[in-house]
Amino acid sequence: MIDALGSPSSLLLVGGTSDIAVATARRYLQERPLRVVVAARDTPRRAAVAAELTGAGAAVEVVDFDADDAGSPERMVAAAAAGGDIDVAVVAFGQLGDQDALATDPAAAAALGQVNYVAPVVVGTVLANRMRSQGHGAIVALSSVAGERARRSNYVYGSTKAGVDAFYSGLADSLVGTGVSVLVVRPGFVRSKMTEGLPEAPLSTTPEAVAEAIVTGVRKGRHTVWVPGAMRFVMSGLRHTPRAVFRRLPF
Amino acid sequence: MSDTTLLNGWGRTAPTPAVLTPVHDDAEVRAVLAAAAASGRGVVARGLARSYGDAAQNAGGHVLDMTAADAVLAFDPETGLVDVEAGISLDELMNRFVPQGFFVPVTPGTRLVTVGGAIGADIHGKNHHVAGSFAQHVRWLDLLTADGEVRRVGPDQDPDLFWATAGGMGLTGVILRAQVQLKPIESSRCLVDTDRTPDLDSLMTLLSETDHLYEYSVAWIDTLAKGKRMGRSVVTRGRFATLDELPPKRRADPLRYHGSIKISVPDVFPPGLLNLATVAAFNEVWYRKAPKRKRDQLQSIPTFFHPLDAVGGWNRIYGPRGFVQYQVTVPFGQEEAMREVLDRLSSFGTASFLAVLKRFGPGNPGMLSYPSPGWTLALDIPVMKGLAGLLDSLDEVVVAAEGRTYLAKDSRVRPETFATMYPRLDDFRAVRRRVDPDGVFTSDLARRLSL
Repeated sequence: MIDALGSPSSLLLVGGTSDIAVATARRYLQERPLRVVVAARDTPRRAAVAAELTGAGAAVEVVDFDADDAGSPERMVAAAAAGGDIDVAVVAFGQLGDQDALATDPAAAAALGQVNYVAPVVVGTVLANRMRSQGHGAIVALSSVAGERARRSNYVYGSTKAGVDAFYSGLADSLVGTGVSVLVVRPGFVRSKMTEGLPEAPLSTTPEAVAEAIVTGVRKGRHTVWVPGAMRFVMSGLRHTPRAVFRRLPF
Repeated sequence: MSDTTLLNGWGRTAPTPAVLTPVHDDAEVRAVLAAAAASGRGVVARGLARSYGDAAQNAGGHVLDMTAADAVLAFDPETGLVDVEAGISLDELMNRFVPQGFFVPVTPGTRLVTVGGAIGADIHGKNHHVAGSFAQHVRWLDLLTADGEVRRVGPDQDPDLFWATAGGMGLTGVILRAQVQLKPIESSRCLVDTDRTPDLDSLMTLLSETDHLYEYSVAWIDTLAKGKRMGRSVVTRGRFATLDELPPKRRADPLRYHGSIKISVPDVFPPGLLNLATVAAFNEVWYRKAPKRKRDQLQSIPTFFHPLDAVGGWNRIYGPRGFVQYQVTVPFGQEEAMREVLDRLSSFGTASFLAVLKRFGPGNPGMLSYPSPGWTLALDIPVMKGLAGLLDSLDEVVVAAEGRTYLAKDSRVRPETFATMYPRLDDFRAVRRRVDPDGVFTSDLARRLSL
């Protein structure tokens, strides 16, 4: 149960090896010990994350999850819930993709659509079913400012995030009154292993800052948060920038 | 699933949906029990929902509304023993029996609790130091357990189950009926002495030296007073007046009683009206207007026992985010821990109204029963930034002093902290495993704290 002051006792990290997922767990663990379910592919990185979070005070469970496998979300959520109710689930998996390849390779575009859009939609549906029947819980979905207006430099990625954002925003409204809430998080450029080697965009942020926004957002019952907060106003401006100007912007 | 209702506690935090079913008799309770067992999300009984946190809610499962079963089944005016259905409120018991010369054995700061809830939380009142808590005045209770059987238990009939149920927050079964020992009174008026103390030391000294002279005793502390004035308070203590202590004009009708709600807080209370400045001003006026020392003042039952009941829905004043009540007790000899708790609360600057301080008498065998010999402090705090961390750190002070927190008020203690505070938790769990092996009885509180 999430208590009266917004502290959960269990956390499910879907895409549990992502830097933002790990930072979120660490941020919660600064306050209290809790049960953390790390759902990810069976890789050395998953084992390392499990060890790291155990060291930080979590009771860690590891569950298999593969965004390319259609049956995986159902199995993953069932396994995660076997140990008790899921208070907060962070849907944090996704890939940036190689825009040059994506621009010309239909198979690559389809694969990114599967991982970044189809799988999060399936996971969100399964999580919502589960939380609706348990009567409480919070789903945190990692969207991106890239979904607010797709840019020529990463429009495939941006389009998947636009879809994820629309799905979880609508899901949030459909869950009003069920005890379940949804928080859509729109970070700007996050310095993480996903963006390693890429040039930094303005107003770039860190996994720790995103984690802070997630914990605060869940605590306050927010529906949408931007990281950093100023991104909200930047994106509001960019959404209304004429196309001719927008496509010439240097990022 | 059937239609659900969002339920919350008195603090209006963390609401969750459940199928809420009013029940009038044992058969209706059994029917819900069967549905709850099939649903896999369990069931818990709910009375007048004065628990501050999540004790009477059950996310995704069933909740029994017990308030419809509120009959008086038998009353013996010779002994003062009354048999009631568990949904009856202390308010109704007073309406019926004060005019006949009987008062409830224990009353909390509100009359609006059910007998079932009073047993489930093993409530205490201003007379704890002489009378103990509510369950000590219960001769027997009928408990519907998970197997559908009704078991009559009491201090001498399956005492383990009785003392797991007393203070057990509804997790052993459904309390259907109980026999309660009422307390004879000659009048419905209290003789009250008021003292003002300038700081915490003088308060604790006054209570330690003279509490035994009074049947009812409580102190209200100004939590916003800092430094030298920290712990300044108004102490009110008293007892029921005898017939010949009443002024002559009242002697004709000494048991006249009228409990009523006078005004209500509107549904939408302007947020921000309660802030440090307004609350500090309120507390200042409240302290200044109290007499330094006053003796033998006649007060009505509502004025002396239930001042907040005069304002319906007062829990709305803390706004939509709700509030928590922090209530803890530390043993005698741990006064420094109590001082530290109060000091840190004062410095944190919560816009809190008064805190209540009281000395507890001996505890009872209740496995999760809260009172134990020592000092108990309670205060309301609106939900605000940094509160979770502050209260977690205060819990550490309390645990170090071998103190504990009160489940009926709690909505946020850490489960491992709670387990440290209640060394008999494992005994409680053993009784639950015996009478409810499949864990049909559960609640948000039970899940949150892994009870």
